[in-house]
Amino acid sequence: MNALVAFLDDLPILSVITFLPIVGSLIILSIRGEETVVAQQSRQVALLVTGTTFLLSLVIWFGFDPSTAAFQFEEKVEWLPQYKIAYRMGVDGISMPFVLLSTFLMPICVLASWHAIDKMVREYMIAFLVLETMMVGMFCALDMVLFYVFFEGVLIPMFLIIGIWGGGRRVYSAFKFFLYTLTGSVLLLVAMLAMYIQAGTTDIPTLMATKFATDMQMWLWLGMFASFAVKVPMWPVHTWLPDAHVDAPTAGSVILAGVLLKMGGYGFLRLSMPLLPDASVYFTPMVYVLSIIAVIYTSLVALVQEDMKKLIAYSSVAHMGFVTIGIFTATKQGVEGAIFQMLSHGVVSGALFLCVGVVYDRLHTREISRYGGLVNNMPKYAFAFMIFMLASVGLPGTSGFVGEFLVLAGAFQVNTWVSLLAATGVVLGAAYMLYLYRRVVYGELTKDDVKAMLDLDTREIAIFAPIILAVMWMGVYPLPVLDVMSVSVDNLLEHYNAAAAAHKAASVPALADYVVALLK
Amino acid sequence: MTAMPNLVPAYPEMLLAIAGMALLMIGVFRKQDSTGLLTWLSVFAMAGAAALIVNGPQGPVKTFSDMFVVNAFTSFAKLLTLSGAAISLLLINSWVRKEQIARSELPIIVLFATLGMLMMISANDFISLYVGLELQSLALYVLAAYHRNNLRSTEAGVKYFVLGALASGLLLYGSSLIYGFGGTTSFDGLAAAMASAPEHHVGVIIGIVFVISGMAFKVSAVPFHMWTPDVYEGAPTPITAFFSVAPKVAALSLFLQVLAGPFAPLIGQWQQVLVFVSVMSMGWGAVAAVAQTNIKRLMAYSSIGHVGYALIGLAVGTSDGARGMLFYMLIYVFMNLGTFAVILSMRVKGRAVEDIKDLSGIGKTNKGMALALSILMFSTAGIPPLAGFWGKYFIFQAAIEAGMVSLAVFGLLASVIAAFYYWRLVKIMYFDASGDAFDAPDTATGLIMTACSALMVVLFIVSAPFIDAADVAAKALSFG
Repeated sequence: MNALVAFLDDLPILSVITFLPIVGSLIILSIRGEETVVAQQSRQVALLVTGTTFLLSLVIWFGFDPSTAAFQFEEKVEWLPQYKIAYRMGVDGISMPFVLLSTFLMPICVLASWHAIDKMVREYMIAFLVLETMMVGMFCALDMVLFYVFFEGVLIPMFLIIGIWGGGRRVYSAFKFFLYTLTGSVLLLVAMLAMYIQAGTTDIPTLMATKFATDMQMWLWLGMFASFAVKVPMWPVHTWLPDAHVDAPTAGSVILAGVLLKMGGYGFLRLSMPLLPDASVYFTPMVYVLSIIAVIYTSLVALVQEDMKKLIAYSSVAHMGFVTIGIFTATKQGVEGAIFQMLSHGVVSGALFLCVGVVYDRLHTREISRYGGLVNNMPKYAFAFMIFMLASVGLPGTSGFVGEFLVLAGAFQVNTWVSLLAATGVVLGAAYMLYLYRRVVYGELTKDDVKAMLDLDTREIAIFAPIILAVMWMGVYPLPVLDVMSVSVDNLLEHYNAAAAAHKAASVPALADYVVALLK
Repeated sequence: MTAMPNLVPAYPEMLLAIAGMALLMIGVFRKQDSTGLLTWLSVFAMAGAAALIVNGPQGPVKTFSDMFVVNAFTSFAKLLTLSGAAISLLLINSWVRKEQIARSELPIIVLFATLGMLMMISANDFISLYVGLELQSLALYVLAAYHRNNLRSTEAGVKYFVLGALASGLLLYGSSLIYGFGGTTSFDGLAAAMASAPEHHVGVIIGIVFVISGMAFKVSAVPFHMWTPDVYEGAPTPITAFFSVAPKVAALSLFLQVLAGPFAPLIGQWQQVLVFVSVMSMGWGAVAAVAQTNIKRLMAYSSIGHVGYALIGLAVGTSDGARGMLFYMLIYVFMNLGTFAVILSMRVKGRAVEDIKDLSGIGKTNKGMALALSILMFSTAGIPPLAGFWGKYFIFQAAIEAGMVSLAVFGLLASVIAAFYYWRLVKIMYFDASGDAFDAPDTATGLIMTACSALMVVLFIVSAPFIDAADVAAKALSFG
């Protein structure tokens, strides 16, 4: 036992969990034999690899020291030394939970695709494993270029997953996803290059200590914002998300909602706020306005959806609106609430997409009106769906409540109007989720094909059980998760608020002056 | 009696010239078809020339009355040209045998074209520049029309010849103006004249613009790109592959050699021209490619776009820009050769096809080929974790460093449009229903395809030595 612990301690653990999935994909690539054999073995290898990755990532959870804001499990290898680009990995309390979220959802995705995917299974599993490498790597990266590489590398597997294994207008959705995201990303690249030239390094911890001129910060911030706002997604650049969700296969939707959206929020926390505090303060009102529009408008849009996946997709935009509000309140409750909300939403919305996947696999439609009365013949399903539905609404005792409550509490300290308007989103959220649940699960069981639907099988129970546990645990006893991030968030806010105070003291031209200067 | 010039720096060129003439004799006197033999001998000659470059003088050496220069920059560009030419030759050999149009002159013409390229890279005088350029161009005209019973090929040859002659005329006219107003054709002499005179005669400026126009034609930059799609489409496919790499590298190097050499002090005069040419090439290369249905025409517009990106490196007018440009070309050469290896393998039951829609569904029928082309296309679009990303990264870094942020933003947005049509190929291969399966590629083509796509991953991870080499090469130019 001690030998095992010592072995795990010596492992460059972040690199191992980042690149183990790539190794797995190479193994899958080398499988030979009949098509059905290849398919089955690919599934097994993928499950084994993602499962092992998750278990290894628990080492980080247990080995993490929550009493310091410093980066832990650090690794550094020179990559392009003459250009100060290094392969540097490390996690703090902000990024560590996201690593676990990614590794937690992956085996579930593989299980969820077990029967649903029957063509090009080998390629599918490879795409998912590559995707896992990119996601985990992005949350661990401590070098801007490395961050960008992983951030953008996500595009390739996700594009293929939507385009090859999706349904409906999959080609349109895949291209929309890719064009929106890439356009945002290249502007992020410009901002990064400008910061590199200014500071002479791409090392994120060093950059955090670098002070950029205020007017330069504005442009850098906007460049980053273009990228992160598309990823989050914020209104009005959210329109790729409903399409991508509707046409992606179930597991693709789970990862999209569960992890990819969090990359935007994480980007704000890791880069925008600590590196560009002046600009973040300056643009906070704009973020509030966009977020509130997102919360209220997309909730109303969700209310009238006929397609289950589209409804959940719009609800994601609304929930991520809470996240951006929480981040930019720059209060401890707000930021912790935002992180918690991201984790909770990652698990819950992923689970909701899995719920849609369950009935879609049986009836091959996502139209809400085609269902009804499922509680009669699918009681286990109705139970699981109810938990996730209530967690999405934010019922106390579920993970959704903690995040939303903290965000609203944080917002209230800063601006009561923001808090009030965001709170309407909670009410609307209850409306559209309960309305969805009523139409699908309750009512008369009249349709013959719906009557013939079978309840959850063992595999599906195995998928839902860990998620239900996670949701309840985070809802009832959120302290361990909040403890992990507490010191890091304090550290972030300390620097941020010090810079913000200095910024307020200095006179800064209004946004209108920048526009005028630009027009000249 | 004049002293014998120092021949050592010119050994690689002399080797190629002698090899070319000797091989011609073999081709004439051997009774049976000797294309395969001559191809391999030519490749060996090129490898020998490369070895001579690596082991030859590295520091700046001038010879032939300072008309010929060898330095780190020329070595880098020559090695790149030689690798592009040698790999293209192997592709050409496989293809002409399959099409049964093999003739033993073919590798020799390629050899002479390559010799011309090496000479123009080393040119340190407008006279030697022109001689090298014309040796290259004449060989290329013949190559474009090589498939002489094919209407499109002969049309491509004639078009290329007429427009190419016009461009050569422009270049020659420009250099005569520069000679008239600058007093010399020597780059060293011009450099001294340009640096000393604070006010430059407008005649020199006009001359430079003419020279730029001539060179822009050779690299197929907008607005002198009109020949490119037709020639790319009409010429036999492996010849197109050759056109898209070796002459591009040579001509872009020439661009650098001239503008970053004697005319570096006049950057204020030519920078705006270069920015215009670069922006137009990136924009038009991206937009016009979207509507193409023929994959060779698509590659033509793609190469126009790539030249636009590479020219950013020149337009910023710094050593970092030149470094970015050289590194970009390095990646571009292998990316393009890999892509053409895939295009050359597009054969249904022995018949070559070149429509984009012929690729449909090969993700299911020809998995290896589809994977290779996907990697190459993602790399071409500049998406990490593939080598194409570093190419763009260092170019745009130089642009932002020089304060040309709007140029960088424009280029990156154009690259998003360009990414659309590269990704469209992936879509056709993987998302669409299967069409006819392709025949298995032959060994040489298959190997080149595999090696080039694997190189995109390897070069992404291990890029440091290559950027260093590009950096050393760029520092040999007169940019500060």
